[in-house]
Amino acid sequence: MHLAELNIAHMRAPIGSPELADFVDALEPINALADAAPGFVWRLKEDPNQPRLTVKHDFGDHLLVNFSIWESLDALWNYVYKTHHLDFLRRRREWFKRMAEPTMVMWWIPEGYIPSVAEAMERLERLKAEGPSPMAFTYKDSYSSEEALAFMNAPLTKSESGVVTSRNS
Amino acid sequence: MSDDLGALTQLHDPVRRALYEFVARHGGDVGRGEAAEAAGISRTLAAFHLDKLVEAGLLEARFKSPEKKGPGSGRPAKVYRRAPNERTVSLPPRDYAALASVLADAVDLLGGEEQAEKAARAAGVRLGKRAVQKHAAGKSRKALAVLDVLEDRGYEPRVEGPCIRLRNCPFHVLAKEHPVLVCSMNLALCQGLLEGIGDEPSKASMDPRPDECCVVVSKTNGR
Repeated sequence: MHLAELNIAHMRAPIGSPELADFVDALEPINALADAAPGFVWRLKEDPNQPRLTVKHDFGDHLLVNFSIWESLDALWNYVYKTHHLDFLRRRREWFKRMAEPTMVMWWIPEGYIPSVAEAMERLERLKAEGPSPMAFTYKDSYSSEEALAFMNAPLTKSESGVVTSRNS
Repeated sequence: MSDDLGALTQLHDPVRRALYEFVARHGGDVGRGEAAEAAGISRTLAAFHLDKLVEAGLLEARFKSPEKKGPGSGRPAKVYRRAPNERTVSLPPRDYAALASVLADAVDLLGGEEQAEKAARAAGVRLGKRAVQKHAAGKSRKALAVLDVLEDRGYEPRVEGPCIRLRNCPFHVLAKEHPVLVCSMNLALCQGLLEGIGDEPSKASMDPRPDECCVVVSKTNGR
């Protein structure tokens, strides 16, 4: 299975403003670093020919959306925290607002499948609503693909309130 | 529950301890012959002790296929490397990691990254100064080398070209939970250490690599 990862960020200023200039300048080299990273599978691009463009979506003007697919948790980790990408993460407060809610979610997908942005946002909502689970998790509480499969294949159970809960959304 | 004390008592034997330290220091796979030579013992004895260390969970073993393929290339060689899991023994019991994790959460909630880095820098300066004092009290009065200080702090430094790379992250568990905060604090701490021993703080910079510390230290100024 492959790992899908969505992260969102609330920009402090519009994408074309001077406050965001360093961030926009970094988009091309940082995305190139991702594309070349071991275990990288796919990344949502607005336009493959315009590496400085951010992804357009319907979830708010100040919201930046990053959506990618990786071979493993380690592959994503090594790109995010074990390359010069870390230098840009350290500067995130210059460009993005601090958020009390989770801004990043991961989940396992069948190889070759590419979820929609809407589906990815649903996973984030699920993480916010229910906390980490094999269906939507974080690095701090991560699950293996085996755990996710076992969770999805488990028979439906009745919760204590007697309501049948669906495990697979 | 893992028997950390039991595992560590395996290091009581001086030969076994020498073998463990050699493998740990090496940083990668070590063959039996190499380890035997380093410890000045026979290959058979080295193999016995190395396998005991694997049993105790202090080392990991695997078989490495010979580089040359085909007839005459021999059997796969057994190689050893340090096991990644941590062993801690504290008497009486102490649990600083759990508290550090909670404090890191608090920094996060407060948005106090900058202050945390400031505190880390100051802590680094104090540790550096203390290292100089300790060193000055000893027999040698020559300037304390950056390498020695980094070694004392558990970074496992090794010289690589114009840089000192740090093989071990002393804050590994926390860095896994709060990578951006902990790596930033670690850089500030290293810069403080350099300042404390009277060296140039900007020699320490961020250069993360998989399975290593995120900081690299330049041997010369103006990297």
